[in-house]
Amino acid sequence: MLAAIAALLVCQLTGEAVVRAVGLPFPGPVVGMILLFVLMLARAPLPGALGNTADGLLQHLSLLFVPAGVGVVQHLELLSGAGLRLLAVVVLTTLITLAVTALVFAALARLLHADDLAPGKPETEERS
Amino acid sequence: MTNFVDLWVYLSGSPLLWLTTTLIAYLAADAISAACGRHPLANPVLIAVTFVSIIVVATGTPFSGYFAGAQFVHFLLGPATVALAVPLVRYLPQVRRALVPMLVALIAGSVTAIVCAVWLAEAFGLDRAAILALAPKSATAAIAMGIAEKMGGDPALTAVLTILTGITGAIIVTPLMNALRLRNYAARGFAAGLTSHGIGTARAFQVDPLAGTFAGIALGLNGLLTALLVPLLLPWLLN
Repeated sequence: MLAAIAALLVCQLTGEAVVRAVGLPFPGPVVGMILLFVLMLARAPLPGALGNTADGLLQHLSLLFVPAGVGVVQHLELLSGAGLRLLAVVVLTTLITLAVTALVFAALARLLHADDLAPGKPETEERS
Repeated sequence: MTNFVDLWVYLSGSPLLWLTTTLIAYLAADAISAACGRHPLANPVLIAVTFVSIIVVATGTPFSGYFAGAQFVHFLLGPATVALAVPLVRYLPQVRRALVPMLVALIAGSVTAIVCAVWLAEAFGLDRAAILALAPKSATAAIAMGIAEKMGGDPALTAVLTILTGITGAIIVTPLMNALRLRNYAARGFAAGLTSHGIGTARAFQVDPLAGTFAGIALGLNGLLTALLVPLLLPWLLN
């Protein structure tokens, strides 16, 4: 597990370094994710526990947003004044964006016969 | 009583107290969510944030004091983002097959999120500062704050609106998709990640690993596209 964590951190660190060096407009971890993706596709030798470690982190992804969420509660005064209108825009936009995205995706998938995507097991064998 | 005060002063100064509080609050929230059969309203982020906030406010702890402990949890967002590559490789055949629907839905969703936010904000008579903070709010917080700052908006307000968008989407995605009778879990997850970034992705992983995988892809792609589209669309939309 330690080797798996180290692998994740090395990818993130490389991502941060690339973002800084090239001046990319997105966060280092996203570049780190692309790097790990490429390494896995290239069948680079990666720690065996990487799959389990990643699953463990992603299973509790909600936990990782708690500190930021508490920060929001501390800054709720920023919403004062226009608070209700801001909330209304947030809720309506979220609703419309969710619906548009999912409907476009599902309609095209059906059209292209790519809609056999029911919840289920991965098709690829776990390598690690 | 003095002993208790001394103990409190000692403990509240160390990261241990707030790290432990965050973990326990999350475990309790997760247990409540599980006991409610993962009902969307019993959102673990919302419940845990409520618990912790009550304690932080009741004890008069400044956010910096809380964050000194909670930063260890917050830090894991980076490695967790990198870890999204693992399910992506695992579900690669499904992802390849859904490439065209994914890319079209990405553009449709990303444009909808920005245009709707700006138009609705104008319709509600909100000022320019609010519009700048609302436009990028479907992107992940770090990206959204960067965009808003570059456009002359307030990053703190953007962070608040982005997290609220995350929690709102995580709560309404399941009932909304059921009402729309959408059973394509790739589409459901993709919409959750695109609209509600990491918090939507967390919800999608809670429902189904395939949905979580597509949410993770959407979170990454929409972060990039929003960073490109907001500077392009805003001058045109604000005219």
